[in-house]
Amino acid sequence: MKRLWLILPFALLVLFLGLATYQLTQPKDEFVRSTMIGKPLPAFDLPGATDEAPRVASGMFADGKPRLLNVWATWCVPCIAEAPQLMELADRGVPIVGVAIRDEPEAIAKFLETYGDPYEAVARDDIAELQLAVGSSGVPETFVIDGKGVIRYQHIGDIRESDVDALYAEWEQAQ
Amino acid sequence: MIAELGLAALWLAAGLCVLQFVSGAIGVGGGADSAVGALARPAAIVQSLLLVISFACLLRVFAVTDFSVALVAANSNPDKPLIYRISGAWGNHEGSMLLWVTILGLCSALVALFEKRMDDRFMKAALAAQGFVALGFFGFLLLSSNPFARLDPPAEIGAGLNPLLQDIGLAMHPPTLYLGYVGLSVAFSFVVAALITRQAGPELARVMRPWVLAAWVALTLGIAAGSYWAYYELGWGGWWFWDPVENASLMPWLAATALLHSVSVLAARDALRTWTILLGVVAFSMSMVGTFLVRSGILTSVHAFAVDPERGAFILVLLTIYIGGAFALFALRAGSLAEGKRFAMVSREGALVVNNVMLSAILAVVLLGTLYPLLAEAFGTRVSIGPPYYNPVTAIFAVPMFLVLLIGPLLRWKRDSLSRVAVPLAIVCAILAGSVSVLVLFTGAGVLATIGLALAAALALASWLPLRGRQLRRVPLALWGSMLAHFGLAVSLCGMASESAFSVERLVAVRTGDQVEIGPFLARLESVEPVAGPNWTALEGKIAVTGNGVDTLLRPQARYFTQPFQGTSEAALLTLWNGQLYGILGEAAGDGRWQLRLWWKPFVTLIWYGGILIALGGVLSIFGHLRSSVRRRKIREEFARRRAERDAA
Repeated sequence: MKRLWLILPFALLVLFLGLATYQLTQPKDEFVRSTMIGKPLPAFDLPGATDEAPRVASGMFADGKPRLLNVWATWCVPCIAEAPQLMELADRGVPIVGVAIRDEPEAIAKFLETYGDPYEAVARDDIAELQLAVGSSGVPETFVIDGKGVIRYQHIGDIRESDVDALYAEWEQAQ
Repeated sequence: MIAELGLAALWLAAGLCVLQFVSGAIGVGGGADSAVGALARPAAIVQSLLLVISFACLLRVFAVTDFSVALVAANSNPDKPLIYRISGAWGNHEGSMLLWVTILGLCSALVALFEKRMDDRFMKAALAAQGFVALGFFGFLLLSSNPFARLDPPAEIGAGLNPLLQDIGLAMHPPTLYLGYVGLSVAFSFVVAALITRQAGPELARVMRPWVLAAWVALTLGIAAGSYWAYYELGWGGWWFWDPVENASLMPWLAATALLHSVSVLAARDALRTWTILLGVVAFSMSMVGTFLVRSGILTSVHAFAVDPERGAFILVLLTIYIGGAFALFALRAGSLAEGKRFAMVSREGALVVNNVMLSAILAVVLLGTLYPLLAEAFGTRVSIGPPYYNPVTAIFAVPMFLVLLIGPLLRWKRDSLSRVAVPLAIVCAILAGSVSVLVLFTGAGVLATIGLALAAALALASWLPLRGRQLRRVPLALWGSMLAHFGLAVSLCGMASESAFSVERLVAVRTGDQVEIGPFLARLESVEPVAGPNWTALEGKIAVTGNGVDTLLRPQARYFTQPFQGTSEAALLTLWNGQLYGILGEAAGDGRWQLRLWWKPFVTLIWYGGILIALGGVLSIFGHLRSSVRRRKIREEFARRRAERDAA
């Protein structure tokens, strides 16, 4: 018994070394994946893009139509880069709901005027509550929500030209 | 030329380090009288001089910004103020490794010069172990991270030091932490020597104690400075994030705290022999594990710097050799060490055992929390572990530890009874109960904060209770040290609990002229104007703060450094006796409004004042113990002299 106790520190060290060696040899994945995939969209009710626009709530995702939920902001440069790809998706018939993080109505209007408006509706998330609830760690990110309001897929970072087809396929699959 | 001189000195020092190890090893093997066996001490001393020369060379090339040295080109820039050009020397991987080896060398030299209490065989073993540890880092420096490598042709301009690191606190942070780590490596060498020579009595503890204390003081200061840096430089208003890098410095501190208490049991009562030896290995292994986690980049951290998997692998190999070797030696030898003395549960030793068990449990909690994301990732899930785990789980062990600390220092060694300390016990309980009820009735503080504040109040008094019944002038210096450190802990705890219970936060978007209420103050954004510094430009907000007898300006800045290009936010702090007002200028909202983040943090500064008191307590203890060991030696010499006289007569 006493002998066993004396070997314990050594055994723990071996465990640590094994773990550390394994992790050192693993390729590093820098993305923070949402743990909400496969779970229903958390309930929310946010103001629209302007103070006059209707509010945007989680209810609209439960009407049987799959949608994209695009987390973006007017102050985010990659969001400008992905604007044409969002327009392309919208032109192919994908309904997109935008969530503008920590933003202002005037800035949103100006952004949509300059870079195009692919959105069915835009919600303002001033304290990033919806962003955190869906497990998004940055802007831009895009989620595929199926007709029952379940989060199906997460795209991290700006949507490149090469991502459009994959994202469209994910959306079709959620039908 | 200077760089070549530095490199040559480094190689020579490495050669002497080999000699120190070989000579020490031969000495232990019984060849102490051979020519080689006698060289360990001189080798260690000369080696330290060469290392100082080498490090001075590195400082020189950084001070004059010699861009023909690759390291300088990658990390410095002539526009920086001199102090940051010099601190740039260790604000990078290669330079910080050289600093580490230099400090290690200086410590070896101190051991070689002044340590005369242990017998020759023990000293040879300790110097050999120390040389062996240093050799790994020499190899690391010379084979994979040469700080003096030349760049041909020389660079035109340098890349600069990460602006977040251009800060006086941070210039001192790595050297302080390294002092701590190296101090623990000296304790480690002594422990290894104890295992090899089977000498684990009170003498070992007395020899280890100043090193453990010094390491612990340095770690305490290093952690406090690092925490204050994160607090005002990162601009999040928090002072501790349970981030892997912070944990990496906390774990050695926890182990060192446990070790210094168990060392005092071993020194005074010759108990806890095996445990002290184990802790000696654990403390050093924690500093290596910490270094590995920080440098390898296998954990994601907000403070990630100098990350490189290859260097991580190197540190892992060193860790395997040193710590694996020491634990293996421990498994083989510890069983054959003579058992220490026994003691009753209610006794000073008993209280210190509780302290050790609880500190070890907290260490295990922090280690598990830090490594768990790695473990989970190996099984395909990603988790992030933060305050919701650490705060309550560490509290489970910290609270009983603090409770025992209230009364532990009053107990007698070997055996005591609670009835003997009934009066102070009653006083302490009354303070605890009183402050809990006041807090619950009059404040909305949370459970943990309430417990924390009550414990802090009780401990602030209890830490001075050992003075009861003593003549003030005859209280030993070491006792003053331990009382001061415990009082510092109370001060720090009070700051932490108060910060978490009573902080007020405002995040607002305001136009100039707008006024917001924050705690007892009114803050008005007066203006936002551009200002320029030596190597940065900034937008500076002027916030007029009034109320509560205060009328002043806060000037938070959003700074943009030019070399390398990076933005930082400089918090503006208004420090009052009862707390700090903390202001951050955020981004422009685009419509003339600015984001402002304001915090009022009552008594938050106590956290760091407490840290300084704890460290001061440690310093007093070191002097106390050194003085008493000098006295002890004098008495021994006096006895020997008298005996000699008597024998002669």
